[in-house]
This record gives sequence, C-alpha cells and structure tokens, in this order.
Amino acid sequence: MPEIPEISAGDTAWVLVATALVLLMTPGLAFFYGGMVRMKSVLNMMMMSFGAMGLVAILWVLYGYSMAFGNDVGYGLLGSPTEFFGLAGITADSISGAIPTFVFVMFQAMFAIITVALISGAIADRTKFGAWMVFAGIWATVVYFPVAHWVFAFDSDGVTGGWIANNLGAIDFAGGTAVHINAGAAGLALALVLGKRIGFGKTPFRPHNLPFVMLGAGLLWFGWFGFNAGSALAANGTAAVAFLNTVVATAASMLAWLLVEKIRDGHATSLGAASGVVAGLVAITPACAAVNIVGAIAIGVAAGVLCAMAVGLKYKLGYDDSLDVVGVHLVGGIVGTLLIGFFATDAYIADSKLGLFYGGGAELLGKQAIAAGSVLAFSFVVTAIIAFGIEKTMGFRISSEDEQAGVDVRTHAETAYEFNDAAYGGSFTKGSGSSVNVTAPEKEGAPA
Amino acid sequence: MKLVTAVIKPFKLDDVKNALEAYGINGLTVSEASGYGRQRGHTEVYRGAEYTVDLVPKVRVEVLVDDDDAESVVDVIIKSAQTGRIGDGKVWMIPVDSVARVRTGERGHDAL
Repeated sequence: MPEIPEISAGDTAWVLVATALVLLMTPGLAFFYGGMVRMKSVLNMMMMSFGAMGLVAILWVLYGYSMAFGNDVGYGLLGSPTEFFGLAGITADSISGAIPTFVFVMFQAMFAIITVALISGAIADRTKFGAWMVFAGIWATVVYFPVAHWVFAFDSDGVTGGWIANNLGAIDFAGGTAVHINAGAAGLALALVLGKRIGFGKTPFRPHNLPFVMLGAGLLWFGWFGFNAGSALAANGTAAVAFLNTVVATAASMLAWLLVEKIRDGHATSLGAASGVVAGLVAITPACAAVNIVGAIAIGVAAGVLCAMAVGLKYKLGYDDSLDVVGVHLVGGIVGTLLIGFFATDAYIADSKLGLFYGGGAELLGKQAIAAGSVLAFSFVVTAIIAFGIEKTMGFRISSEDEQAGVDVRTHAETAYEFNDAAYGGSFTKGSGSSVNVTAPEKEGAPA
Repeated sequence: MKLVTAVIKPFKLDDVKNALEAYGINGLTVSEASGYGRQRGHTEVYRGAEYTVDLVPKVRVEVLVDDDDAESVVDVIIKSAQTGRIGDGKVWMIPVDSVARVRTGERGHDAL
C-alpha cells in the first residue's frame, strides 16, 4: 500500500516564511535598481518591479502554475495549461511533498514575479509603463512559465515534468537557468530592441542614491535565503547546505568584485560591493545544494571577478543594458550553472551527482552547458520577437522629449523627491476624493 | 553701497560667517552653488565606468555693505576662506543703486 502523504508542520512553516522572503526580494530589487538610476527615473524603475508583483501573481494563479506544474503535454516542454486553470482541483488538503500544495503554488509564484522584475533593469529611463506591463504578461506566459516547467517540474507519481529536470538531468537547484539566465538573456534582447538612452556613453548616468542600492542588495541577500534554502521545500539538511553556501559564495563574490575594482579602478566602491553581493547570489543559486564550501568560494570568486569585468562590455559592444542585467544575471547565472559541472560533490548530501573535480567526469558539465545554452537561446529569441511586436504596435519606448524631461513626471505624473518647497509651488487643481471640498482656481492667463 | 559676493569651499562657510560676524556684519545670504575654475572637476567611477564631474559643489555668500567697508569685507572673506590649495574660490563686488528694508521701508544705509 502506498504511503499516505502527510503535511509536515515544520516544513510548511519554513516554506511559508521562505515564500514571504522571496516576495520581499522584489521590493528589494526595486530599491537596488531604483537607487542606480537618475533622480528623474526612480519611480518608473521601482514601478516596473511593483507592476510585475501585481500582474504576474494573478497570471500565475490563473494559468501560470498549470503551465509550469501541470502534467506535461509533450517532450517536457510545457505543462497542461488547463489542468490547474484557476487552481482548479486544489484544496487546503492537497499536498505537494510534505507541504500544502497552496504553499508550493505561492512559493513558485514569487519566482515568476522576481524573474520578470529582474529584466526591467536593462531598460531603465526610457520605457512606457503600459508597454512594460503588456510585455511582462506576454513574457511570463510564453517564456517564464514554460521554462519553469523545463527546470522546476520533476516527475512524480503519474505526473510528467520538464525536460531539463528529468530527461537531461542538469542541476539547477533554485533557478540559475530558469530565473537568471532567462532574465539576463531577455534583458539583452530588450536592450537591443529598445536601443540606447539619449547620451549613453557620453553623459554620466550616475546612480542617484547609492544607499538605496545598498539597502536593496541587503534585502535581496536576506530574501535570497528563502529563494535558495526554501527551494529544499523542507526544513532539512538540504536547506541548511543551501543556506550555508548562500552566505559563503556571496561573501566571496563581494570581496572578489571589490578587489577587481581596487586593482583596476583604484577604488573599492559601494556600488561594487552591492553588485558583488548580487553576482554571488545569482551564481550560487543553481549550485547551492550541489557544492561544498570550497565550491561555494570558487563560484563566488569566479562570479565576482567575471561579472565585474562583464559590466564593462556594454560600452565596448554598444548595447545599453542600463543596470547590467546581462553583466550580473546572465553572466552570473552561466558561471554558477557551468561551475556545477566542475564542483558538484556528494560531500554534504549523499548520493549527489559529481562534477569533473570530484570524479564525475565531464558528463555533468555537458548537461549543464546544454541547460544554460537552451534557456539562453530560447529566452533571447522569443523575447526579441515579443519586444519587436510591442515596439511596432503600441511602441515600447517613450518619446525623446519625455525621456529628457524624465520618465517619472511624464509617464506617472509624479516626482520622487521634493527638496525645495519654494521651488515647487503650485496649486490644487483636481481631486477625486469626496471629503475634500476645494474649488480649483481658474488658470490665469495661460500663455498663448 | 556694494554687493560683495564670494564663492567658496562649502566647509569654509562657518569660518567665513564667524569672521564676518566678528567684523560687524549683521546679515548675509548663503546659497548652494556648483561650478568650476582652474580646479576643474573630479573623477567618479561606477561599475568601472569613469566619469569626469565638471561641476564642484560650492557655497555662494552674498553681503550688502557700505562703500567704506567693502574692501575690508573682501579681505575678511579672503582671510577666512583661504586654504592655499586650488579651488578656494573667488570674491567680487558690484555697486548697488539702492537697498530697502522690507519690514520698515527704510532705504540706503539704514536698511543694511
């Protein structure tokens, strides 16, 4: 007789917390990105993350979860969009592993949200908010949901999952391919379709608030424990290993990035520290349950050094990936995914796959490369098609006049900061609240 | 009357204010400014991208004085704002036709 699955209170409690932690990463990302743009674009930058939180959460419960974790419709490419449409058939008694299915649904929802939000860093300062929302919905549907199926849907009793997780058997514990390579490749495609910002490579685009960037990096690191250790979907030893490596690799990456800066530019910068933290987090994501601390340090150092070099490529190659989604997430994701092929070990978790350095030969490395390459190519091509479609129909980019005036005031009718009361005088002209009784003054002598 | 205007290093503002007060100046106007002279700007590096920032933060101090005091006030400012290093700033004066105190309507010397 098959064992009747039971809910583990401990596992459920941990994954509930982990889910909330992963949600917090997206506002964290909004601060990380928001601090890096100029003062006139910070609200639009943060709104692209918040917009993803709203839209992708709804799409996920409508059909996203079903497309990712429904029974496979063929070749491990896609889950059935109708099986769990509107979460049909799932109740409070439904169980996935040892946690309620609803908890698993929400945990995975947060991954979908942040992956979409990550892309927005490539198109700072110049994006129509409406076009971004349309893009976010289409991209989540035709790129993220299928790729999440490829990578995260494992075969189980009578349910067939995705091809990377099962047929290929590559290791991606928490989303180096599905989240970071996916978002990074999409960011590159978007940056190419939208084109450079006015003044790119000539005028300085200085980060307007580096403490925001540091705050965002801190929130991301904090939330990332939910992302990585939560991906064990249990409060167990695997979660502990993931947690450990998430600290070690990230620390190593930050130090490595700062060292590169000190040697190359003469100064260790705060933006470098924040960037090194994120690069390390990205790279350890797929590997956090596959390596020991030696592997974690190696992955962290490699990510810190390579990403610190990669962020300069956009000036040489002439694409305006504004906040380095490519340099950090694509490159960091590839570094972490490929290095698993070298550093995977069974030192901490018994019966794990072995990499090249631990007697496993080159087989795993080959699988890792196929997984990374497939997600990269799929995401880049499909994103480019979506972006072209939006650009040709509704337009993706704001007018150059709006771009110079600032996307915040032109697109959202807001400005982030008020430094000087006197310089910001004005009068109340229209309100929609019923309790406020204000008569708007007539506009005097509008210039002809 | 003269309007003495000084553009100085921001961290010297307190010294200049104290020195002017000691000299007997009762009021002044301060505003944040930015600019460059021989000092030019400085370099900032973000993710390896190096920017030359031309405009350096400065403070502009404006004082209205009697003709007789003008040269001494300039000296007071120079003495108190000087570090001897490049970028100490400039002081200049221009003639002022008339000054009025808003509260009382007094004119000229009485308004200072």
